Order: sequence, then structure tokens, then C-alpha cells
Amino acid sequence: MASEAITYATMTWQEQLPVLQVLVPFVAAPLLVTIGHKGLAWPLTMLASAISLIVSALLLAQVIDGSVISYRLGGWAPPLGIEYRVDAANAFVLFLVSAIATLVLAYARASVAAEIPREKHTLFYTAFLLCLTGLLGVTITGDAFNVFVFLEISSLSTYVLIAEGAHRDKRALTAAYDYLIMGTIGATFFVIGIGFLYMATGTLNIADLAERLSTQTDSRTVRAGFAFVVVGIGLKVAIYPLHLWLPRAYTFAPSVVSVFLAATATKVAIYVLLRFMFTVFKPAFLFELQTLEFIILPFAVIAMFAASFIAIFQSDFKRLLAYSSIAQIGYMLLGIAFLSSTGLTATIVHLFNHGITKAALFMAVGAYALRAGGSFMDNIAGAGRTMPWTSAAVVIAGLSLIGVPGTAGFISKWVLVQAALEKGWWPVAILIVASSLLAVIYVWKVIEALYLAKPLEGGATREAPLSMVIPTWIAALASIWFGFSTGVTLEAAEAAANGLMNGVR
Amino acid sequence: MEDFTIAFSLGHMPYWLFIILMMTGLYIVVAKGNLVKKIVGLNLFQTAVFMLYISIGKVQGGTAPIFPTDMKIDPEVVYSNPLPHVLILTAIVVGVATTSLGLALIVRIRESYDTIEEDRILKIEHDIAAAENRIHGQSMGGRA
Repeated sequence: MASEAITYATMTWQEQLPVLQVLVPFVAAPLLVTIGHKGLAWPLTMLASAISLIVSALLLAQVIDGSVISYRLGGWAPPLGIEYRVDAANAFVLFLVSAIATLVLAYARASVAAEIPREKHTLFYTAFLLCLTGLLGVTITGDAFNVFVFLEISSLSTYVLIAEGAHRDKRALTAAYDYLIMGTIGATFFVIGIGFLYMATGTLNIADLAERLSTQTDSRTVRAGFAFVVVGIGLKVAIYPLHLWLPRAYTFAPSVVSVFLAATATKVAIYVLLRFMFTVFKPAFLFELQTLEFIILPFAVIAMFAASFIAIFQSDFKRLLAYSSIAQIGYMLLGIAFLSSTGLTATIVHLFNHGITKAALFMAVGAYALRAGGSFMDNIAGAGRTMPWTSAAVVIAGLSLIGVPGTAGFISKWVLVQAALEKGWWPVAILIVASSLLAVIYVWKVIEALYLAKPLEGGATREAPLSMVIPTWIAALASIWFGFSTGVTLEAAEAAANGLMNGVR
Repeated sequence: MEDFTIAFSLGHMPYWLFIILMMTGLYIVVAKGNLVKKIVGLNLFQTAVFMLYISIGKVQGGTAPIFPTDMKIDPEVVYSNPLPHVLILTAIVVGVATTSLGLALIVRIRESYDTIEEDRILKIEHDIAAAENRIHGQSMGGRA
């Protein structure tokens, strides 16, 4: 425990990057309310989010070689003080979250103007920034209790954002309420788990926890802590039997919020799960091994099939995507359950690839909601002709969702199948391919409605505004780009996976 | 299970109370249909966790963790661990925020649905969904 004083005057701005990552959106949020000018709300939010994107890119560039940045908040040395710790795994997630946030905001202006009354705009963007702060904070912090605090910041603002959907459909209110109850139970379980770990080790710093736990023998306290943490985060991740809040929340939230949540919130929760399973608890911890093999693995496979199957029968495109998300989370959990560095690489790559793919799809849903008045199959019928650009983006992202070669979705499923074969679990590999066939059915159902069905009266008559089409296309093209140029994503994911597996921290 | 002697059980009284309170809260959240009662249950559940943390901080024979003003610390004196208490201050704030947001949502739900009973809300939503399916199902030729 070093106690040398840090002179802040001599710290360069590069050294302050980790705290800026969280601080910029966090300070911008109350600033919006105090300024109170509706015209300034969007530009300021955009600016804050763009700055955090630049910061995260700089951080990623610094740690991609496997090094670790440790930042002492307020100059208090860890393990007593709160530490921000950036390594390849969380720099990657930070970059994903801030990139999606910036993209979503570029898209948000037209969509929010149409879906949310003007007097609520300032508060809407404030909640959005707080949610971003929470997600970035959860990812960057190296302190277990701090994870809980940031998790609650992001969750509370998420409930508000979902409830904003009530201007279109009052069911958003009950969806937000249900999520509040389940999310709070999840977060409280998480904090109980942290309490048990603190009882066993007397520390809250994640790196320190890992070190002290590795010297301990298996005890009932540690096991209880592990169980509470996994179930608590599992609620946030929407692991199969704990997913009930997700379809309703995604369906009734405003389009912008659905895009943002689907692409980031569950991904950040998966990252926390990874952090606890691989950094805090070592995979050698027998209890964890059994949890992964006998609980997480079967549930992941059930999620892949059951959720895809339910998605096939949805008549609402948005709800279909929500169920598809649960199935995709199944793939990510499967990668974790393999407990190999190939499996982890698959999880992290899929986390990124699915993030951009789902962002493109949910953005298209927002465009249909704006121009066709809804996203039911009959609303979007024939939109392939009236909204050619948006619909073409849906086709591209849909192919990536299935995992057609040449798209980002293929890369992650390929690595996942490789990981399954590496383990010799070939039935699981077959199941991965079989469940992708279910995705073919539901994606085809949408494409059929877009291009082959007769348009109804009152459907879309013109293309969505450019400010919505361009971000949708950026996300759609990214899902092709990362299907061919796998260098960046795979490399970063491998660095992250190796870091997690070997416990470099 | 020879660990569970009477001395052990009595010595861990706060933990027993924690479990009882936590389960009471969780039961209310699950079993009650009234939205306000669910929030009350959630509050009990969270309060139970505060109890758990505060009992962790207790050190046997420890006194309040306040150093004398002259900072002449007697190494013989045992202090209780103040850290869990500080953590719980944060958790209490989070709990208050959750409760207020939950109650605000209930007010809005009452305005829109005219009820805060879960079964009646479910029925209203079921009717909305059925109507939606009728409209969108027919236009898709009954395939949706």
C-alpha cells in the first residue's frame, strides 16, 4: 500500500483520461438541467458523448497491448481508495458503449422529437447522460461496491427512460415498474454478494479481492457470495429464466432507448459477470466450474432455442428483436460456460458484433415507428419499396443476426463453434448451428413483410430523415466491415480474453 | 451440521434477523398484488441488507471508530469497522431513490390505468394486446 502523495499539478491530461471517461457525461447531465435551454440539450449531450468516445478510443489504444492503467480516485491508494482500472477487456467495452451512445445520439434528434413531447426533452437527455455515466462507470471501476453504485445510477435512469415510452403506449409505465422491481432485487442480491465477499476477505478492491480469495480455501461464505453475485448480475444480463423484464421493457421504451439499451446495457452486465467469474473468482474455484457447466450452460442453450422460437411467432418487429436479444445473450453465456480462452474470445467478439447489429435493427424499427406509425408486420408491409434505404439496412443487419458468412455475426458464431469443438462438445456446436436456423425463420419473416407483402393504407409513404438513415447505415455497414476485417475486433477480444483467463491483473 | 449449536445460533442473532426480514420483504414483493405494497416489500428487503452490512462492521469489544482529537491513539483500544456503515449510507440513498421513482411510476400508472392492483392492470393490458392482435392479425391474413 503505497502512500506517496500525488501532485495533481504535475499530472498530464493523458493521465486523467480514466476519470474523464466518467466525469464528462456525469457533469454534463446536471448542466443540462441548470441551463434548462431546450435547444441546447441535444448539442450538449452529443458533445459530452463524443468526448467520452474520444477518451475511450485513447484508452483502448493505450491498453490494447495488454498493459493496465490504474487511476487513483482522489489520490487515495488502492485497496483502500477507489481505483479505476483499465485493461483490454474493459477498454473494449468502454469503446463499444461510448461509440453506440454517440451513434444513437446522432440518430436520436429526429426520433425523440417525434416520440417525446418537447417540454420533456431536457430531462430525457439528462437521464440518457446519467445512464451513459452509469454504464461507463460500471465498466471502468476497479472497486466492487463502486460497481453497485454505478449499476444503480444506470438502472434508475434506465427506468425513467423506459417510462418515457408512455407518451406512445401506456404499457411502458408498467414495463418500467416491473423492471424497477426486478432490477432492484438484482442489484440488492449483488450487494448482498459483495457483503459476503467483504466478510470473507475484508476488502472491496476487485484486484485485491481476487488476490485474497485465491489464498483462501473454499468456504460457505464465499460460495454464498458467489451465488448472490451471479444471480444478481444474472437479472441484469437477462440470463434465461431471469429475462422476464426484457421483452416488455424493450418493446414499450422509446425507439432511441431501445437501441441504446439493447446495444449496451446487457453487454455491460455481461462484462461485470465476466469480471466476477474470471478475475475475482478464478475458474479453478470448483463451485464456479460446476455452476457454469450445470446451470449456465443448459440455460444458455434453452435461451438460444426458446427465445428464438418465441421470436418467430411475434407480430411486432420490435418485440421480435427483444426476444432475439435473449437468444443472443444465450450465445454469449455459452462462450463463458466453455471456460476456455477461445470461448471467452467468442463472448467478447459477440458482445461487440451483436451490439452493432442490434443497434442497426432497432434503429430501423425507430424509423418505421416514425414513418409507418408502428413496427407491426402490417405497418412495415411493403416498406421495402417506400423506405428502401432503411429496409436494405434491415436486410444486412438481419443477415448478420443469423450469422451468414461475410457478416460480423458469422465471425462470432464461428469462434463460438470452434470453442465448442476445442472442448470436444460437438453436440453443443450442432445446437449453435441449429438455433441459427431459427434466426433464419424470424429474419425471413421480417424480410418477407418488407419486400413481398402488399403495403396497407396508412403505411409508410416516404423514407426516414437522413439523420436517422445515416446512423442506421453506419451500424449496418459496421456489421459487414467487422465481418471481413476481423483484425481489430478479434485481436482486442483475444487480448481481453487472455487477460481474463490468466488473471494478469 | 454440528456447527449449529445454541451458542452459535444465538451469537449470530443479527444474521437470523437479516434472513427473516429479507425473506419477509421478498415474499411481499412476490405475493402482493398492490403496487404500493410491493414497494414496501422492496424497502424491507433492502433494509435487511443494511442490517447485514452493519452487523459485519461489529468487532467484539470494539468501540465507536472515532480517534481522539489529539490523535494520540492507544493501540490497546479496539475499534469497530466503520467502512460497512459508510457503504450503507450510499445504499440508503440508492434505496430512497428507488422508492421515490417507484412511487412516481405508481402515480403515473394510477392516472393511466385508474387502478394500482396488479390483476386489474394485467386484465387491461391483456385486452389491449388482444385488440392489437385482432387488428394486426386480420390485416396479415390471420398469419400473424
